[in-house]
Amino acid sequence: MSIEINSQKCVGCGKCRDVCPGTLIALGRDGKAFIRYPRDCWGCTSCLKECPVYAISFFLGADIGGMGGRLHTEKEGDILKWMIERPDGSVTVTEVDTRESNKY
Amino acid sequence: MKSERIKTDILIIGGGTAGCYTAVTAAENSDKQILICEKAHIKRSGCLAAGVNALNAYITEGRTPQDYVDYCVKDAHGIAREDLLLTMSQRLNAVTERLDREGLVILKDEQGKYVARGNRNIKINGENIKPLLAGMAQRHPNVRVLNRVNITDIDVTGNRINGAFGIGIDDGTFYIIEASAVLIATGGAAGLYKPNNPGFSRHKMWYCPFNTGAGYAMGIRHGAEMTTFEMRFIALRCKDTIAPTGTLAQGVGAKQINALGEVYEHKYGLTTSERVYGTTAENSAGRGPCFLRTEGISEQQEQSLLKAYLNMAPSQTLKWLESGELPGKSNVEIEGTEPYIVGGHTASGFWVDTDRATTIQGLYAAGDVAGGAPQKYVTGALAEGEIAAQAMLRYLDGNKPAGISEESAVRHLSEAERFLDGSDSPYSAEQLEEAMQTVMDSYAGGIKTNYRFSEKSLGIAEKRIIQLEGLSDSLRAKDPQELMYIYELRERLTVCKTVIAHLRARKETRWAGFAGNTDHPERDDEHWNVFVNSRFENGRTEIILRSVSKG
Repeated sequence: MSIEINSQKCVGCGKCRDVCPGTLIALGRDGKAFIRYPRDCWGCTSCLKECPVYAISFFLGADIGGMGGRLHTEKEGDILKWMIERPDGSVTVTEVDTRESNKY
Repeated sequence: MKSERIKTDILIIGGGTAGCYTAVTAAENSDKQILICEKAHIKRSGCLAAGVNALNAYITEGRTPQDYVDYCVKDAHGIAREDLLLTMSQRLNAVTERLDREGLVILKDEQGKYVARGNRNIKINGENIKPLLAGMAQRHPNVRVLNRVNITDIDVTGNRINGAFGIGIDDGTFYIIEASAVLIATGGAAGLYKPNNPGFSRHKMWYCPFNTGAGYAMGIRHGAEMTTFEMRFIALRCKDTIAPTGTLAQGVGAKQINALGEVYEHKYGLTTSERVYGTTAENSAGRGPCFLRTEGISEQQEQSLLKAYLNMAPSQTLKWLESGELPGKSNVEIEGTEPYIVGGHTASGFWVDTDRATTIQGLYAAGDVAGGAPQKYVTGALAEGEIAAQAMLRYLDGNKPAGISEESAVRHLSEAERFLDGSDSPYSAEQLEEAMQTVMDSYAGGIKTNYRFSEKSLGIAEKRIIQLEGLSDSLRAKDPQELMYIYELRERLTVCKTVIAHLRARKETRWAGFAGNTDHPERDDEHWNVFVNSRFENGRTEIILRSVSKG
C-alpha cells in the first residue's frame, strides 16, 4: 500500500511533502514531488487531501489484496469526494459531507 | 553540522494529540514561551493523521467518571492506576465539549445531546481532528513550532531535566534546547515486532508506524521509572487493511464467527484481550479463518460503513469497492496484529503521579507515552495534556532552567557526526530493524508463536537484541533523514530490552490474548496482582514491584 504522484499534474507546491506524517515525500531536481520511501507509507491519505491539483492517488499493495484500483480525493466546499477507479476504468464516487458525523 | 541553542520555558516533545493540547492549555493560562518539536508536521502527525470516527472515552448520560475507571480496571484485569484514571475521566467531557466548540462535528440528537455508541463512545466526523488541534495550538503567539526536528535525547543532571537535543531532518541542524519543564508526548512504540505484512505493505499497521518509542527510550536511558511494559497491545483488525473492527462490531452488531459459521466470541469473553485470544484459539484449533459477520446488513448500513471507513481507514473502503466484495455480501475476515507498546490502550509507559510528573524532576508525560492509565484514547490524551500543562505552569513558578552543559552538547553532537562521517557499513537501519522484528516475533511472543514465549525464548531474544544494539553503532547515514532512522532503530532496541525484562518478570499469564507465558500459563492473583515497574541503572534493568492498591 502506498501512493503514486502523477508528475504531469504535480505543480511542485510541496504541500504533500510538508504534511506527510512519515516525512516520506521529497521534491526532486525537477521540482516535482516524489515518494522517497514507498514501502513506509501508512496509508493515512493526508497527502491526497492536501494536493491542490489532485495529482496523488493511493493504492493497496498486491501483498494485502490490491487489485489495481486507485483512490483519490477532490474537495468541493464541505463535500469531500472519494473516487475509486478500477482497472476497467469504472469509477465509484462516494461523497462525504464533512459537516455530517459518521453514523457508526 | 551547524548548531543552534534555543531557550524556552516549556518544551513539548511530539506535536500529536497530547502535545498539541498541552500547548493550547499552557498558552491559554500563561504568557510562558512554549516550544513544540515535531519530527514531521503537526498538521497531520501522529496517531490522528487519517482521522478517527468516534470518541471512545466519554462519560455518557447516566454514567459517572468512576464507572469509566471501573471499566478500565476490569478490562486491564486489575493492572491500572485508579488515581490516574479518575483524574483523566473527570475531564473527558469538558475536553470533548471544547472540541465541539472548536468545530469538531459530533452527532447530536434533536435536543442537541451527543448520540452515544454503547456506554462510553460518541460518534463524530473526525477526519479533520488533527488539523483542528494543530490550528488551536498554532494560533497562540507564545507557541512556537519546530516542524521536521527530531528530538534524539533529553538532558538530565542530578535527576533534573535541563532540556533536549534534536536534529533538523532537512538541513541537519543540531538543536540544543534548554527548558525549565519538558513534556514527553512522543506516543507509543510500533515496529518492535514483525508486522502482519512484512513486505511492501509493512507499514499498513494498526498503530502509527512513525511512533518509534522515542520517549520511552529517552526516559529509560536516563533512569526514569517505567511501568507495565509486559502488557502489550494487540488489536483485532480487518485482515490485510488492518482497519478497525469496532465500527463493525458496535456499529452494525457484527459478531465474531469462525470458518464453520459459529459465533465464538461469548466462549472466550468480550474484553479487548479476550476478543483477540478467542480468534487466535479458533485459528489454532483449525476452525479459522475468523470473520465478523456482516452478511445481510442493509444497503443503507453498507453505504454508511463505506463512508465511516473513508474517515479513518480509507484502505478498507478501497478494498471493498475494488474487490466488489461489499460487507453486506461477504463477511469481513479478521486477524490479530503484531504487539505494540502503547499507554493509551494498555498501561505501559512512564510511571507518573496525578500531575503526570515522571520520576525525573521537571519531566512530564501525557498520552500514549504515559503509563498506568489504559483506554485513554483521544479524549484521555487531551485530558492528560491539560493536567500536565497546568502542573508544568505550577512547576515553573519555583524552578528556573539549569542549562545544558557544553560537554553534554558536544557529546551528543559528536555522536550524530560519527553516524554521518561518510564511511561505509555493511548494515543499514532497515536491515537491523528487520532483524530486530524477527527476533521479537520468534522469541518474545509475536504473531509467529501466537503471542507466546518462555523464559528460555526470552533469554535468546535478549541476547540477540543486545547484539543488534552493538551492531547499530556501526550504522552510517548519508543524510539527516537516514540519521533519524538510525536513532529510531536504537530507540526501538532500547524499548525491546525493557519489554523482554518485563515479560520475564511477570511469572503468570494475565492477559491471555496479549501474551502467553508458557512457563506460567495461569493467572496468579495471589502473587501478581501488582505493577511490574523497572528502572535502568548502571547498565541493568532493575525490576520494582509496586502494589496495585497504593497506586
